Amino acid sequence: MSTAPKHNAEDYLRMYRQMVKIRTFEDNANQLYLDAKMPGLTHMYSGGEAVAVGICEALEVTDKITSTHRGHGHCVAKGAAFKEMFCELLGKEEGYCRGKGGSMHIADQSNGNLGANAIVGGSMGIATGSALRAKLQGADDVTVCFFGDGATAQGLLYEVMNMAALWKLPVIYACENNGYSEYTRTEEIAAGSITARAEAFGIEAHQVDGQDVLAVNNLATELVARARRGEGPFFVELMTYRYHGHHVGDINRTYYRSKDEEAEWKENRDPITLFGAWLATEGVATKDELAALRDAVQTDAKEAVDYALAAAYPDGSEVDDHVYAETEDA
Amino acid sequence: MREITLSQAVNEAIAEEMRRDETVFLIGEDVAEAGTPFKVLSGLVEEFGTNRVIDTPIAEPGFMGIAVGAAMTGARPIVDLMFGDFLYLVMDQLCNQAAKTHYMSGGKLSVPLVLRTNLGATRRSAAQHSQSLQALVAHIPGLKVAMPSSAYEAKGLMKTAIRDDNPVVIFEDKLMYQDKAPVPEEEFLIPFGEANILREGNDVTLIGTSSMRQVCEKAAELLEADGISAEVMDPRTIVPLDEDTLLASARKTSRVIVVDEGHQSYGVTAEIAARINEKAFYHLDAPVIRMGAMDVPVPFSPALEALTVPTPEGVAANARKLMSGEMIHAA
Repeated sequence: MSTAPKHNAEDYLRMYRQMVKIRTFEDNANQLYLDAKMPGLTHMYSGGEAVAVGICEALEVTDKITSTHRGHGHCVAKGAAFKEMFCELLGKEEGYCRGKGGSMHIADQSNGNLGANAIVGGSMGIATGSALRAKLQGADDVTVCFFGDGATAQGLLYEVMNMAALWKLPVIYACENNGYSEYTRTEEIAAGSITARAEAFGIEAHQVDGQDVLAVNNLATELVARARRGEGPFFVELMTYRYHGHHVGDINRTYYRSKDEEAEWKENRDPITLFGAWLATEGVATKDELAALRDAVQTDAKEAVDYALAAAYPDGSEVDDHVYAETEDA
Repeated sequence: MREITLSQAVNEAIAEEMRRDETVFLIGEDVAEAGTPFKVLSGLVEEFGTNRVIDTPIAEPGFMGIAVGAAMTGARPIVDLMFGDFLYLVMDQLCNQAAKTHYMSGGKLSVPLVLRTNLGATRRSAAQHSQSLQALVAHIPGLKVAMPSSAYEAKGLMKTAIRDDNPVVIFEDKLMYQDKAPVPEEEFLIPFGEANILREGNDVTLIGTSSMRQVCEKAAELLEADGISAEVMDPRTIVPLDEDTLLASARKTSRVIVVDEGHQSYGVTAEIAARINEKAFYHLDAPVIRMGAMDVPVPFSPALEALTVPTPEGVAANARKLMSGEMIHAA
C-alpha cells in the first residue's frame, strides 16, 4: 500500500467510510433484489470501491462526473445520500429522479453527478461536453468520465478523446477495467493495450492498481490539479474487479470465470480489507474503531432501506411530467 | 418590408441570439471559416471567434454528445448537422441521451440545445444526401421539431428554438436557402405549436410542412382556376403540433390533404391524418389523403428523382378527386 503524507487521519477515515458505504449500499441492494422487493435488476459495484472513492475524493463538489449502468459506487462517492438512492432504486417519489430513472439513471446534480447511463459508453460525449463548457466559461471545474473496459469498444470514445485532446479539455477518462465486458473476458474484446488507445491521441495515460485507494487517490489528486491548470485531458486505466455478476441475476457464471478467481480477489485483494489493515497498522484507527464505523454505516443503510420500502410511489399524474422542460426565457 | 434569403434569416437569428446570450455557441463540421457548405453561417466566426463557432472533426456522434454535455451544464449549443441524412449517426446521443435526460432525472437536468439540419430531395444528391427524416425524431418524446417554410419562419423559429430549454431539431429545406421572403428588421419570435393559415378557403384543406407549403400554395392556385377554394396551412412545428387549428380547418372544409417530404409510410402525414380522422371524423366528406415522398431510397437520376416527391400538380389532382367524390371509392 502506497503512502500519502499529505492526507491526515480525517481524510483517510472519510475514504474508508465512503468505501464501506458503497459496499453496504450494494449488499442491501442485492438483498432487496433477492427478497423480490426491488423492481427490475441492478448492477453491483462491489469490489471497485477504491476506484470511485479514490477519484471522487480528489474532486470538489463543483467538479462533474458521468457514470455508468454500474453507477451506485460513483454516486455514493460523489456525495449522494442513502435515503434518496434507495428510494430511487425502489421507484419511489422521494428518489433522486422521482422514481423515473431507477438504478441505471441516478443523477445527483447538486453534487455534480450528471447521471448514470444505461448505454455502454453513452456518457463519454456528455463528460467531454461538460469539460468543454467549463473551458468556455473560464471555470476550473474538472469532469471525470467513468466507464468500463467493455466501453472501450465503442467508437464514441475515440471521437471525443480526439476532440478533448485537440481542445485541451479538463476531462479525465477513468476506465475501470474489471476484467469482464458483461459475460466476456476483456482479452476477448480488446485488442492491444487500453492505455495506448489514449496515447495515440497524445493523451497522457496511466495504469493504476484500482484496489489501492491511496494509489488511486494520489494519482487522481495530481491529475485533477493538472487538469485545472489546463494540462488535460488524461486517461487512467484502473485495474479492479467485479465481485458480483454483470447484474444481480447473473448468478451462475462459472462458464466465464472461476470461483477460485473470485475468491482470490475477495480474500487477498479486497480494497476495504486492505485499506482497513493499513489504517490499523499505521495507527490511524483501531480494528474496533473500524468495526464500529462499519456498524454505524450498516445502521444508516438499514434505516434508509426501511424508509424507502415504506415511502410512497409517485402519483400517477406524474407520468407525463418532465417530458419537456418549462422554458423560462420565451 | 425588406426581403432576405432563408440562409440570411438563419444567420441573422443565430447572430442575434449569440449577441443576446453568451452561453450560445455553434459546433459542427466546417461551421467557422467555411460557414458550412451552404454558406449559411458565413461571417459568424469573424464576429464571435473560434471559441463560440467551433469546427469539429468529422465525428457526428462525438460532437453531438459533447453538445449534450455542454447543454446539461449550462450552455446552449447549436449543433450543425451538415445533412439530415446524418441523423442516423447521432441517434443515440439525440434520442437516448438528449431527449430523455430531463425525464430520467425527474426534471433536475435539462438539455437546451438546437440541432439544425436539413431535408429535401431534388438536388440530385442521391439516397444519402436527400432524405427528409423529421418523422424519426418527431416519434421521440422529449424532442421538439420545427420545420420552417420560408425565411420568415426560419428566423422566428430559430430564435425560439435557441431560447427553448429542450432539445429542438430544426429542419431547413436545403433547396430553399436562396429563396427570399419578407422578414421584418425588428426582432420577432415565432412561438412553437402555432400553425399558420396562409390562404383561406372553403372546399379543401392543404396542410404542407417546410417546402411542401409552397407546393400546397401552388396547388391552391391551380385549383382556384378550376373554381375550387383551397385553404393552405403550415404547422410550422410538428412537435408540438397545433392540432386545434388544423382540426378547425378540417371541420370547415371537410376535405384534407396532408403533404410532407418524408417517406409516406409511418410518416408525418400519417400522424396528422390519423389525428384528423380521430377528432374530426364526422365532419369529413372523404378520407384524409396523405402525400409523402415515395417509399423508395431517393434515386440519383433526375428522371427518377422527380417522380418521388409531391408536386403541386399531384396535390391539385388529388384535391379534384376529393371534390368529385372519386377518393371515397379509391381502393
